[in-house]
Amino acid sequence: MGIFSRFKRGNFSRIIQKIFGKKHAKIGIYGPPNVGKTTLANRILREWTGDIMGSVSDIPHETRRAKWKTNIKIDNGGSSLVMDLVDTPGIATKIDFKEFMNTYGLNKEESRMRAKEATEGVIESIRWLEDIDGVVLVMDSTKDPFTQVNVTIIGNLEARDLPILIAANKIDADEASPATLKSAFPQHPVVPISALTGYNTEDLYTNMVKHFGKKRNKKRG
Amino acid sequence: MVKKDKGISFNLISRKKLNNFSSSEKLKYIMKEVRQGRILVLEHGLTPTEQTALIENTMKEIDHDTFIGIEMGGYGEEKTSFFQRVFGVIKKPRMTVIGPAHLLKMVHKDHDKIETTIIPGKGEN
Repeated sequence: MGIFSRFKRGNFSRIIQKIFGKKHAKIGIYGPPNVGKTTLANRILREWTGDIMGSVSDIPHETRRAKWKTNIKIDNGGSSLVMDLVDTPGIATKIDFKEFMNTYGLNKEESRMRAKEATEGVIESIRWLEDIDGVVLVMDSTKDPFTQVNVTIIGNLEARDLPILIAANKIDADEASPATLKSAFPQHPVVPISALTGYNTEDLYTNMVKHFGKKRNKKRG
Repeated sequence: MVKKDKGISFNLISRKKLNNFSSSEKLKYIMKEVRQGRILVLEHGLTPTEQTALIENTMKEIDHDTFIGIEMGGYGEEKTSFFQRVFGVIKKPRMTVIGPAHLLKMVHKDHDKIETTIIPGKGEN
């Protein structure tokens, strides 16, 4: 048996990955509550695996436990990225159960339970930061991007030298202003998308393959 | 929520005092003050790791009848030059305002301005 026939394709791709970078990464979808993280996770999964991640709602903190799917392959022309995708609960600095009652009409018991689970979800999201290789940070492009949650997540990932891709979501809304997001965080790629309609998600996938496939040495916080 | 009889306390905490704390002491101090209804302006803010730890601690402290969390706003870390990085000068966090979320509301923030307000009805004498 010749040396070339023994040089199987799998070995070759492993060597190429070792030289040129990572092609299997654990990617977290992060952001404040109600920016469309699970809508985006569902969009990615539906398009590449036919599956979905979880339920979505207009009421904040619908996702209160992290959910993940493994081995999702995204193709982009000649290159691809295989990833484990983690949909994290929204990170917030405050959670008031009365908001669920007064704004969204939940009863007191439901509201208290939702708020309690939401606090646990925030802690879980923060702990997942230790275990990921990159983040799609979802922001609502209709809102002020300089929230402390956004700034904290970005600062934390920069300190660990982990790649961040900002998805400027809800671009389909009239008041959307992705340019504001780009000027707020010029050090990171910003891709305007609508996770709801699928607008520009091709561009997001191209950027994910390019950005998360790069070779990096992960620092621990 | 606890309504303060004597208005709202704003405490401006010096860089020197903050530098004398370890990270965990700093976070404990902040949480204690904020839980007592004080708004803190830190001359020297928190590192990103301290910020996430503070959020985590806040979530553990939330008691839905007396404490709904914090409001926090700070400027990004100071940029360091190439030569500073070569000589090991690390990025330093800048001024940060932190307060209980039932009293303090962040109105607007950008690169140059942090605009906050006291929630109506909470800061009256």
